[in-house]
Amino acid sequence: MSTEVNQIEELANKEYKYGFVSDIEAESFPSGLDEDIIRQLSEIKKEPEFMLEWRLKAYKHWLTMEEPNWANIKYPPIDYQAISYYSAPKKKPAKKNLDEVDPELLRTYEKLGISLEEQKVLSGVAVDAVFDSVSVATTFKSKLAELGIIFCSMSDAIQNHPELVKKYLGSVVPYTDNFFATLNSAVFSDGSFVYIPKGVRCPMELSTYFRINAANTGQFERTLIIADEGAYVSYLEGCTAPMRDENQLHAAVVELVALDNAQIKYSTVQNWYPGDKNGIGGIYNFVTKRGACRGVNSKISWTQVETGSAITWKYPSCLLIGDNSIGEFYSVAVTNNFQQADTGTKMIHMGKNTRSTIISKGISAGKSNNSYRGQVKIIKRADNARNFSQCDSLLIGDKCGAHTFPYLDINNPSAQIEHEATTSKIGEDQIFYLNQRGISTEDAIGMIVNGYCKEVFKELPMEFAVEAQKLLSVSLEGSVG
Amino acid sequence: MLQIKNIHASIEGKEILKGINLKVNAGEVHAIMGPNGSGKSTLAQVLAGRQEYEVTKGEVIYNNKDLLSLSPEDRAREGIFLAFQYPIEIPGVSNTNLLKTALNEIRKYNGQEELDAMEFLALLKSKMKLVEMDQSLLNRAVNEGFSGGEKKRNEILQMAVLEPKLAILDETDSGLDIDALRIVASGVNKLRSEDRAIIVVTHYQRLLNYIVPDFVHVLYNGRIVKSGTKELALELEEKGYDWLKDQKELVMN
Repeated sequence: MSTEVNQIEELANKEYKYGFVSDIEAESFPSGLDEDIIRQLSEIKKEPEFMLEWRLKAYKHWLTMEEPNWANIKYPPIDYQAISYYSAPKKKPAKKNLDEVDPELLRTYEKLGISLEEQKVLSGVAVDAVFDSVSVATTFKSKLAELGIIFCSMSDAIQNHPELVKKYLGSVVPYTDNFFATLNSAVFSDGSFVYIPKGVRCPMELSTYFRINAANTGQFERTLIIADEGAYVSYLEGCTAPMRDENQLHAAVVELVALDNAQIKYSTVQNWYPGDKNGIGGIYNFVTKRGACRGVNSKISWTQVETGSAITWKYPSCLLIGDNSIGEFYSVAVTNNFQQADTGTKMIHMGKNTRSTIISKGISAGKSNNSYRGQVKIIKRADNARNFSQCDSLLIGDKCGAHTFPYLDINNPSAQIEHEATTSKIGEDQIFYLNQRGISTEDAIGMIVNGYCKEVFKELPMEFAVEAQKLLSVSLEGSVG
Repeated sequence: MLQIKNIHASIEGKEILKGINLKVNAGEVHAIMGPNGSGKSTLAQVLAGRQEYEVTKGEVIYNNKDLLSLSPEDRAREGIFLAFQYPIEIPGVSNTNLLKTALNEIRKYNGQEELDAMEFLALLKSKMKLVEMDQSLLNRAVNEGFSGGEKKRNEILQMAVLEPKLAILDETDSGLDIDALRIVASGVNKLRSEDRAIIVVTHYQRLLNYIVPDFVHVLYNGRIVKSGTKELALELEEKGYDWLKDQKELVMN
């Protein structure tokens, strides 16, 4: 089983490496943003006219907006004119061997169980093409093509499937949605596009599982996944290995569309650079993720494991439009040192007999701040809607913070809403009990925290779950004295 | 195997152990009895390495090592096992996972090869018979929702799997009905061996009907005031602990 999964992962890696990177030779743009920059960007990417128009509309709208400040996070003002909105994938000078790599980074890789070869790729050491297996990659691609599945970069999709892009891009997260999503709409660089045709069950986990991620993902990723009637897809995003990126601001948008009887399962492991122990550096991650259960009996599940970034601002949400549609949100958010996370979900019940489940596990350590923010809204005509929410917070040490901000907006008397919330601390007695069984304090904390997150991890694809567990332990390293 | 020399220990500045001396050899079963608050559980916790207790004086030699300088996990890996009076619940962590991790940590420390999942399960099954434990408990989270009896049996199962050199049973009889007590005691008896020492900490003589000790020590106000054989336990049962106040004065003088 696991070798099979590994193979698929490798394939997916290949796919990204060789299939997704747009072949553009260009210098970086000078920093700053104006209409000209957007025109140039669109031109370099050889986009059709409608795309440019959309970007420009977004840009004009963005100029009228203000950066939101309601989240429970603090950061210095971002200078949007100091950012360069396009740069060609940079080639970093290759290191000769692992001896030249930061030993701290290597130690982390080791703990995550990443193979030596992969360690080299991740840390920018020159490697032979050990992963290169063109025949396997071709099999993978042709298998998807046979089923009519489109899995390509957003740039490719704009070129080759403009009708689908035109129909669905911005249909869930409109360009007017919010400050960061609007900025993304104007300047998004690339991302993934998936279309699963009617009645097709995607036979493998699709992934941008770019552990081996040679190219820049860019600051402004745009992902669009469409599951047509009766289709099913499971999509994995992210990376368990620590990702270094010089771009401090990340503002991605993900849109999911599920038509009648369709199902989308979207899993994320986010491990961007969180900054150092003193809170210096780290990624600001402002993400808009939303899925529309447009069809009857459709279902969208979000599962996320958030351990990275200095700031996480993220609310993967479901619009439950179709009757009997289902939305799910399973989340583990870990903050350590000076990290700040304000994350949660919105479940908007619009159809009849719609159901939603929210399981959120926040873990705070060090001097970090971890907030759950969630909204459950039931509109007037959404008869017999049901929601179950469980929001748990776990504190490690006494200098961190955990907060829960649930918003309920119920406009139909037939709704059934349950909300449970707990806050607990890792007990000295739990740690001692495990110590007394021969388990070190560090491993004991890993074990206790993983136990605490079990309900969420069981929603992850197996291989991903194993890595997420290891990642959690690594993220919390040194959190107890 | 174990030599406790004039141990003094306190918690939050209050002295609980006031000079304990005790020698335990491999193969022996020692019972430590005493009224509430006499320091029985403190002694057990100090031997296991609980940080809250500060050892202010004395030393403990365990298999030629200075026990007090070892971390709690290293004491466990050196073969010390504490069956907790109140076993701790760890939500979401399966019993099997805990036991496998613990056993492999101990094996690794002692230069033995780690067991894989299949080998471990085979071992576990054979040990479960000792405590007549139901399979279903293995996949449940550690002690979560266990009855009092199940928790205590689970402790003995852990002992059986980890095969300690020195096992300390802290009030293992408390909260058990007579049937559970019999099962637990018979599990412990099956684990008695020539290379293993067992210290049974108990308030009541009842358990000692089932686990017959080689030696009985009476702890009172932080000191061992009387030592003897199993008959001493019976005498205590008959006379109660009040009778010891005079003994204590004897010791003091």
